[in-house]
Amino acid sequence: MNGKSVMECVDAAHAVIEQHRDEIAQLDQAIGDGDHVFNLLRGLEALIELRPQIEGLEFQPALSLSASKLLSTIGGSSGPLLASLLMGMAKTPAPELNSSSLAAMFKSGVAMMAARGKAGVGEKTMLDVLIPVSETFEELTSTHVSSDQLLSAIKTRAEDGMLATREMIATKGRASFLGERAVGHIDPGARSSQLIITAICDLVAGRHESRASDALEYAGRGA
Amino acid sequence: MKKFINTPATYLMDSLNGFAAAHADLVTLHLEPLVLTRRERQSKVALISGGGSGHEPLHAGFIGHGMLDAACPGQVFTSPTPDQMIAAAELVDTGAGVLFIVKNYSGDKMNFEMAAEMLSTSNATVIINDDVAVENSSFTTGRRGVAGTVIVEKIVGALAETGANLEDCRLMAEHVNSRLASMGVALKSCIVPAAGTPTFNLPDDEIEIGVGIHGEPGRRRSPMASASSIVAELLGAILADLKPEAGVEVLLLVNGLGATPVSELYLLFNDARCQLEQRGLRVSRSLVGNYTTALEMAGASITLCLLSKELTALWDAPVHTAALRWGV
Repeated sequence: MNGKSVMECVDAAHAVIEQHRDEIAQLDQAIGDGDHVFNLLRGLEALIELRPQIEGLEFQPALSLSASKLLSTIGGSSGPLLASLLMGMAKTPAPELNSSSLAAMFKSGVAMMAARGKAGVGEKTMLDVLIPVSETFEELTSTHVSSDQLLSAIKTRAEDGMLATREMIATKGRASFLGERAVGHIDPGARSSQLIITAICDLVAGRHESRASDALEYAGRGA
Repeated sequence: MKKFINTPATYLMDSLNGFAAAHADLVTLHLEPLVLTRRERQSKVALISGGGSGHEPLHAGFIGHGMLDAACPGQVFTSPTPDQMIAAAELVDTGAGVLFIVKNYSGDKMNFEMAAEMLSTSNATVIINDDVAVENSSFTTGRRGVAGTVIVEKIVGALAETGANLEDCRLMAEHVNSRLASMGVALKSCIVPAAGTPTFNLPDDEIEIGVGIHGEPGRRRSPMASASSIVAELLGAILADLKPEAGVEVLLLVNGLGATPVSELYLLFNDARCQLEQRGLRVSRSLVGNYTTALEMAGASITLCLLSKELTALWDAPVHTAALRWGV
């Protein structure tokens, strides 16, 4: 794995967010201010413009460069949060790259994001997807499951976490101003995180299933 | 969507270029990262603010003598980034330190926090949270920062001009924030250019009481009512929060959210002033106009600031910016 693998993930993330642009915008207009998906796309597009530099680096330096670029491009809450995730991953000691060192990197990246956002599970944010996913990732890499089983467990955990935000009251971010009025709506950050994780799992598994059919379904349920 | 734009992607730069050219005597526009600085430099504590765009004239319209030294504009309704804040601090710091004036939103706080961590010059931050529509609690992000920010920037800006040090400026900002309360009402939604559709839908005969400056829902929706009863509801919430003693002097700001005629703002001011005087408060200073907007949202907010001799003198001190100008 190297900077090329990082860019493959960026391309997969960009494609899936572009595909679900309207759905995420609708979720965000319901409980936020509608800018999440545009900020995310602006950040991913900035990384795509930086392709030659990122691809020329080893894995962790590529994550580090991506983190700085996201921090100076996105703004809002997503900028510092996503930059913290990638920076935390880049800074985790990893003598060799394998699934357990990747799981450790992801875990400390998510911890750094949670520290920056001062949030945890149950607050109707992207951490409701990322924390459970990091737990499953770590648990299963220490057992002897196949890579297919691992990827499918991660996707399930991400989807469960995303769906669980629907019944939550937000205590962080702009949706927190709504109190009870945010209940019944899926968090847009949780949805975008779940989409990106699923897209990366599919990339790793070499499967490129189209999940377009889910889009309107979730937007409809959220409304 | 009907707006004066060329493309949504160039909206911000096209507008900032116009602002910088129209006020070239007051501000300088820096690119990459995007920062506006005060043209005339002076040895004093530097005041820097910033936030999402779409609230004009906040913040760049308040750069100049007696107010801000720099402003960092983000994308529409999106916090600016730490590199903008660091560049702004490096451009305007004269050795006396910088005070970041930040509205209480998660994104603004996180980006300013990261900038402060990375900055080598001495700096302090004050968080403004004057919107009483949102209940404060340790379990939420808390009250939003809205139009009262203008009053903080004016009063602390005047103090900084006197040569006060960074800590005194920070304390004054906290002090003013503790004597401020605001609440808004929307008659019609705004449209974020990149989204192209209204942020919320409000039926023709309903209003959103307690709306935020990004179109966040407020306390409740209610049927359209007379100006004086809307004013009574906003003032009720504001006074319940400030609990002023009878006879105290106040600054009354009636702020337009973008699409409400100035004549209606004065009408609201008239109702608000009469109701305050009936309650034994004296409106000794006033400000009416579009100072903290939410794109083309129709609506207004009311802000009260409890004055003292010191605060009144700082409010009256000369100011020379694009959007506020007196005593010069």
